[in-house]
Amino acid sequence: MQIKIAGGRIIDPAQNIDRIDDLFIIKGRIAAIGDAPDGFVADEEFNAEGQIVCPGIIDLCAHLREPGLTQKGTIASETAAAAAGGITTLVASPNTKPIVDNTAVAELVQDRATDAGMARVLPLGALTQSLQGEQLAPLHALASSGCIGFTNGRYPIDSSRVMLRALEYAATHDLLVIFQAEDRALAAEGCMHEGTTATRLGLNGIPSAAETIEVSRCLILIEETGVRAHFGQLSCAQSVLLIQNARERGLNVTADVAIHNLLLTDEEVNGFNSLFHVIPPLRSQLDRAGLRQGLVTDTLDAICSDHQPQDAISKEAPFAATEPGISGLETLLPLSLMLVEQQLIELPQLIEKLTTGPAKVLGIEAGSLEVGADADLCVFDPEATWKVSEATLKSRGKNTPFINTELKGRVTLTILNGRPVHRSS
Amino acid sequence: MFNFPDPTQAQLTKDGQLKHFLDIEGLPESLLLEVLDTADSFVDMSEQQVKKVPLLRGKTVANLFFENSTRTLSTFELAAKRLSADVLNLNISTSSTKKGETLKDTLMTLEAMHSDMFVVRHSDSGAAHFIASQVTPNVAIINAGDGRHAHPTQAMLDMMTIRRHKGGFKHLKVAIVGDILHSRVARSQIHALKNLGVPEIRLIAPRTLLPRNVEMLGVKVFTDMAQGLRDADVVIMLRLQKERMTSALLPSESEFFKLYGLSEEKLAFAHPEAIVMHPGPINRGVEIASSVADGPKSVILNQVTNGIAVRMAVMSMAMSGQVAERAKKLEAGE
Repeated sequence: MQIKIAGGRIIDPAQNIDRIDDLFIIKGRIAAIGDAPDGFVADEEFNAEGQIVCPGIIDLCAHLREPGLTQKGTIASETAAAAAGGITTLVASPNTKPIVDNTAVAELVQDRATDAGMARVLPLGALTQSLQGEQLAPLHALASSGCIGFTNGRYPIDSSRVMLRALEYAATHDLLVIFQAEDRALAAEGCMHEGTTATRLGLNGIPSAAETIEVSRCLILIEETGVRAHFGQLSCAQSVLLIQNARERGLNVTADVAIHNLLLTDEEVNGFNSLFHVIPPLRSQLDRAGLRQGLVTDTLDAICSDHQPQDAISKEAPFAATEPGISGLETLLPLSLMLVEQQLIELPQLIEKLTTGPAKVLGIEAGSLEVGADADLCVFDPEATWKVSEATLKSRGKNTPFINTELKGRVTLTILNGRPVHRSS
Repeated sequence: MFNFPDPTQAQLTKDGQLKHFLDIEGLPESLLLEVLDTADSFVDMSEQQVKKVPLLRGKTVANLFFENSTRTLSTFELAAKRLSADVLNLNISTSSTKKGETLKDTLMTLEAMHSDMFVVRHSDSGAAHFIASQVTPNVAIINAGDGRHAHPTQAMLDMMTIRRHKGGFKHLKVAIVGDILHSRVARSQIHALKNLGVPEIRLIAPRTLLPRNVEMLGVKVFTDMAQGLRDADVVIMLRLQKERMTSALLPSESEFFKLYGLSEEKLAFAHPEAIVMHPGPINRGVEIASSVADGPKSVILNQVTNGIAVRMAVMSMAMSGQVAERAKKLEAGE
């Protein structure tokens, strides 16, 4: 199949391209930017005038819920949502039922994703068996069967000895470990940021120290073992400083942030709206400012959706009794574009945080429009507005506080491996 | 940045009348004074031979207590009966939730019984707000205590007690002492005192019993009783639960009593005309000495009497707000 994408503003941070031009795809690969290759005859031509053409978005954190929690989402439903959001690669969390701590589950996830054919799914494996923080999961076998990295999620590894050994073992095989830092004792019972709003509402707070203590412990053990390490979904300004400081000491660590932590604060929880119940929690204005600064200084390498679809009943209870999480795949791009509108960063830098940034974190060859690369790309109209609604969200999770909100920036075409997987007019 | 719906207006009609009573925060002074004035009129009435008024005749009030409380439940029950309502008491902590029924399912069942008002007590902060957001528009919700968040009728009966003894609010120094962290009563009292114009609200407690950034509520924080009580006109003591000792918040009851318990010696720091209050039930010898609890400055028993009048006031006001809103909707053809 040969596709021409005509007249769009092509932004590819990996090649430092930002110009209006034509892009040509032949047999699943980027064939040329600029002049058509010899003998090119388009099977399909897409007019991208006034639109942005960029590499497909790579999302570092998405919960797909399959196997085991399909009332909240399936690999088919959530990858369709990804395609609608311009996301062509996503990293799937291991806390399904059963957990991704054996090769059978890792393979099942990939097989289902291949069958659905809507996005590349890179599963994360559990760092410890059953995520219990006691015995190592079969890391090498899991990596051989396709796991891109390893995490214990927010399930604690209380024993620093177990943590040290897990990192040593991962380092032996040059495996990537992803931390979602949270100290169990300090986070216990908490459901929102510990601050003025939690005090007013009488909700149990999660102090910032719950994150920063664990980030500090992990950094020390990363330094000790030399493991390839990444911090996912940081929420505190202080965490950004800890990462920055570690890098200045020469430590090779990366970090990302969820888009909602860049835009919202704990004040939104006023009125107990459970759609704002997320973990890590929305934090203070100072934290939000620190995270935004971290993006500008490149201490934070990527922005992710931290997509956590929930069924309706999981959100229908008093705040603390609800399940945390925001369904975020379809709003990742338009919400991220707000950072450009607010003049925090330029559009090419934003695209980098959504494409080459996460690709570097994972150490994969994706997120670029280089000639010869897999044709994964996203075309969007930065000026088009649309209203988020339950009816139009493809994700099974309708749990987003942005429901009924008008957002600017609409994905018009998503191409995966040279094949259109989503289009809208 | 975003126009999320404003949650603070959930309990008022478009005309600013009460339609639920969830929280003191956000309620204007005029409305709080209306509650107090209405309650005063009911106190006079309860001293008469016929203690009933027909304000809620034909209405059904369901008391939904997801957390046990004999005292609060009985004052709400009595208040509803004096307003001539039919009353349904449901002790839900022992029935449906244990069978795995969700709160939403329980509510739908109760709505099918055509109640006009739910009086709700629940151990989760925000439970009353949640219920108000779920029920059909014509059911009024009265918060009888949700988690650590709010206990607005308790706070209003305390305000009534203060006004009856002190004549007003604008000249007072009020000290709240003890376990602020876990207290829904304290949170509602702070908002009520602030909205009624009390110039100085003080909290006295060790740091382990004070929530983060509590100063942002417009209070002065003290960790020392002698300083915090100095010249105070009203001293409100809070109940201290036994389990605070086992969760590393305090070393022992005796140390707490020594430092923060209200003894006659400590009370001497307060204004000579000071009154002593406590939402009850009291722990003698833990947060308050018996001689103070039973002493001449104690108004603890007056608080209980005022509780019925305040609950009558709130229930009748919320019901008339509901009726007014319904009439308006009918008129508008909605």
